[in-house]
Amino acid sequence: MRRFARLYAELDAQTATNAKVAALRRYFAEAPPADAAWAVYFLAGGKPRQSVPTRLLRAAAQRRAGLPDWLFEESYQAVGDLAETIAHVLPQGAADDDTGLAAWIETRLAPLRGLADAEIEARLISYWDMLDWQGRFLLTKLIGGGFRVGVSRLLVLRALAEQAGLDPKLVALRAMGYTDARTPPTAQRFARLIAPGDGAGIDAGAPYPFFLAHPLADPGTLGDTAQWLVEWKYDGIRAQVVRRAGQTWIWSRGEELVTERFPEIVAAVRGLPDGSVLDGEILVWKEGDRPAPFALLQQRIGRKTLGRKILADAPVVFMAYDLLENEGRDIRAEAQHARRARLETLVAAHPAGGLRLSPLVEADNWAACAALRADSRRRGVEGLMLKEATSAYGTGRTRDTGTWWKWKIDPLSVDCVLIYAQAGHGRRASLYTDYTFAVWTGSGADRTLVPFAKAYSGLTDEEFRKVDAVIRKTTIEKFGPVRSVLPSLVFELGFEGIQQSPRHKSGIAVRFPRMLRLRTDKKVEEADTLERLRTLLAVSNTT
Amino acid sequence: MVAQCADDLVVLRPEGMYCPPGDFFIDPWRPVERAVITHAHSDHARSGHRRYLAAAPAALVLKARLGGISLDTLAYGEPVTINGVTVSLHPAGHVLGSAQVRIAHGGQVWVASGDYKAGPGFAAEDATCEAFEPLRCDTFISESTFGLPVYRWKPQSAIAADINAWWAANAAAGRASVLMAYSFGKAQRILAMVDAGIGPIVCHGATENLNAAYRASGVALPATRMVSDGLDRADLRRALVLAPPSVQGSTWLKRFGDYADAFASGWMQLRGARRRNAVDRGFVLSDHADWPGLMRAIAATDAARVIVTHGQVPVMVRWLQAQGLEAQAFETEFAGETGAEAPDTAEPAKPAAADAAPIDETGVSPA
Repeated sequence: MRRFARLYAELDAQTATNAKVAALRRYFAEAPPADAAWAVYFLAGGKPRQSVPTRLLRAAAQRRAGLPDWLFEESYQAVGDLAETIAHVLPQGAADDDTGLAAWIETRLAPLRGLADAEIEARLISYWDMLDWQGRFLLTKLIGGGFRVGVSRLLVLRALAEQAGLDPKLVALRAMGYTDARTPPTAQRFARLIAPGDGAGIDAGAPYPFFLAHPLADPGTLGDTAQWLVEWKYDGIRAQVVRRAGQTWIWSRGEELVTERFPEIVAAVRGLPDGSVLDGEILVWKEGDRPAPFALLQQRIGRKTLGRKILADAPVVFMAYDLLENEGRDIRAEAQHARRARLETLVAAHPAGGLRLSPLVEADNWAACAALRADSRRRGVEGLMLKEATSAYGTGRTRDTGTWWKWKIDPLSVDCVLIYAQAGHGRRASLYTDYTFAVWTGSGADRTLVPFAKAYSGLTDEEFRKVDAVIRKTTIEKFGPVRSVLPSLVFELGFEGIQQSPRHKSGIAVRFPRMLRLRTDKKVEEADTLERLRTLLAVSNTT
Repeated sequence: MVAQCADDLVVLRPEGMYCPPGDFFIDPWRPVERAVITHAHSDHARSGHRRYLAAAPAALVLKARLGGISLDTLAYGEPVTINGVTVSLHPAGHVLGSAQVRIAHGGQVWVASGDYKAGPGFAAEDATCEAFEPLRCDTFISESTFGLPVYRWKPQSAIAADINAWWAANAAAGRASVLMAYSFGKAQRILAMVDAGIGPIVCHGATENLNAAYRASGVALPATRMVSDGLDRADLRRALVLAPPSVQGSTWLKRFGDYADAFASGWMQLRGARRRNAVDRGFVLSDHADWPGLMRAIAATDAARVIVTHGQVPVMVRWLQAQGLEAQAFETEFAGETGAEAPDTAEPAKPAAADAAPIDETGVSPA
């Protein structure tokens, strides 16, 4: 634990990538394999089920520190992170524990689940007392499920590969599915990640590392359109469908196994031969020629059980656009157009309603593409995907073997007024960065601002600091962590989609809202109206 | 909240905290006839008053910052009578010359703390100023900059060891160590606590001005140099560079090539503040009392009534009331709510091109 806590502190304190890799390599060189197995699991994004409810963590910390509820809450609001708050307020302990990470997880933390509250509290306090500041902070993060540090999964695997003298892509491939919650990390599984030789050594159902697209502003520099495969960019859940040994696995981009969530897709791909891995998008698709809005898919994901009603209301399809494994062979190094041809053959040979082939968009030049792209919203898509015809299927955001571009449509936008603000978390703790925006409704003396969206991204740190200062000066009232402010700031708010929503006061919900810019040139009175939002709603939902 | 009483020895006026029987102000923010100054930081010592009274050790730093003011000084503990009120100044442990103002009149004793730090046992840690002296009083006026239980400082020796280790590792790697710290007080405290044997120490002009005032006041500081002294590249790469936070992102730093940077401030206690600042390291070093220090100081005064100024005012008032004290707030213009948001880091980033150009620190509260 001490060793992993030190690694965490080093990664947290460093901003330079090379220094992070060096710290990771030092750790992998020293740590016993059973501990390193868990370290990779957590650093690569593994999330075990939370073994202690947050309210118990808080209660135990308050008791140990002798703080009343309100003072703990004030502290938490200032710090913006529960584990950090707890580590700060606890009185100094013995800090003499030398137990390794794996033993901590397996013999101390895992058994906490299901114990009586009083027993959990007593054990938590005894654990905190064994650890120093870093150890307590890390332990609380691990228990609370909020473990995150500034390294990407690929960076962790790269460091591991460098330390083992292997190709990072091979280690990334072997690590597919490593963080899935169903199989705990062990020294054996860790050993397989770094075993010498070039064997993939992957689990039967493991997917391939996803190839990710880069945002594109202007295709003018891409040359002849004939060198590109153009497809629609769908707004669903990116997924791989793996068919091996007579079984089907469906993996989300977060490398979560989601097979049971989508029985329609399992049924649709049942006929595909073993040794097939497809890449594509899960979409809710009812009748007609366009997918349902993402909101419906989101509702379905939110359900604990898949009842008959939700299956009927939100049926899904798999929109396949790439083939990564064919007849048991990894074909990712083949050219995009060759993989596409194999995919077309495969899908044509196994027709099923729930399995579709992402159509190619035919256009002779970029101007024609742009014209089609302008029609995206009506088609229920986010824009276009441009894939280099000679491109291999890379790992993550690599660009050395060809590139995928996502050419998204410009967001919808309105000018709206900031009316509530709340302090952010993490690096934005104590800074007002989470805002609620409103538009005008009514007229004359009855004209009022009605809230319709929240957003907390899109401004630079410098802009946030300025807005924060205005919020502090124009506060009308504080409700716990939220402040209402005198309307004085107008923002251009961008969003991807717009939906009717009976749950919102405005009757409208927007998707992916973010601040495009601060409109210092506009007065509050000149902000947009609810009427304009309703117009956008009507326009974007016409088929 | 507690209403002000007719015989209160300090009340709030638009100009600042005022002693009615003595007819003087303490750290006023508007020009007044007679100002008693707790210390020379710009939010407490402003220009424009007709007469100033401060502790003798503060004289040179006050003049370095405010120029030719009409200044009377008192030795620590030396009483003076102003309009029948007995006033004396006592060490606050904040920076060189910082004082608590003790006011005795009509059988009552009030103490206004100004800014202070108060470590375990009120022991002296900071070699650049005298340690906080606990004073028994009926009413204590306390700051509350770090008035939350998440603020607990490590001993200065531990921070010094961290800074020395960081500097030594950078020097070994051939990188300058740029340490950003408030140029009055914090910088000199750091100078007095680091191991000057690790390498040369370079100070920004704004810092060096205050170093001179400290040295002239008899505070021993290690040798420091300025960029204009013409150090060679090899020296620069082993150097500890002390500069005000406003140099971050400025061209002044370019001369140090591939340097490591760090902040020294109490706000560095929180990871959020550290990450917002985008520096390699944050050293938690403050000239203000931490939560245990505030509680220690308040308990030592034995005061039944506490008036809380700048910082975590509502939190402290509520907590002290729950401890059975009569607690209330003064809304002052010292730092204000910026207590919650790292004023060190909110200092405007002004380019500091010329070495000797003083950095304008007006309106910024040091931490």
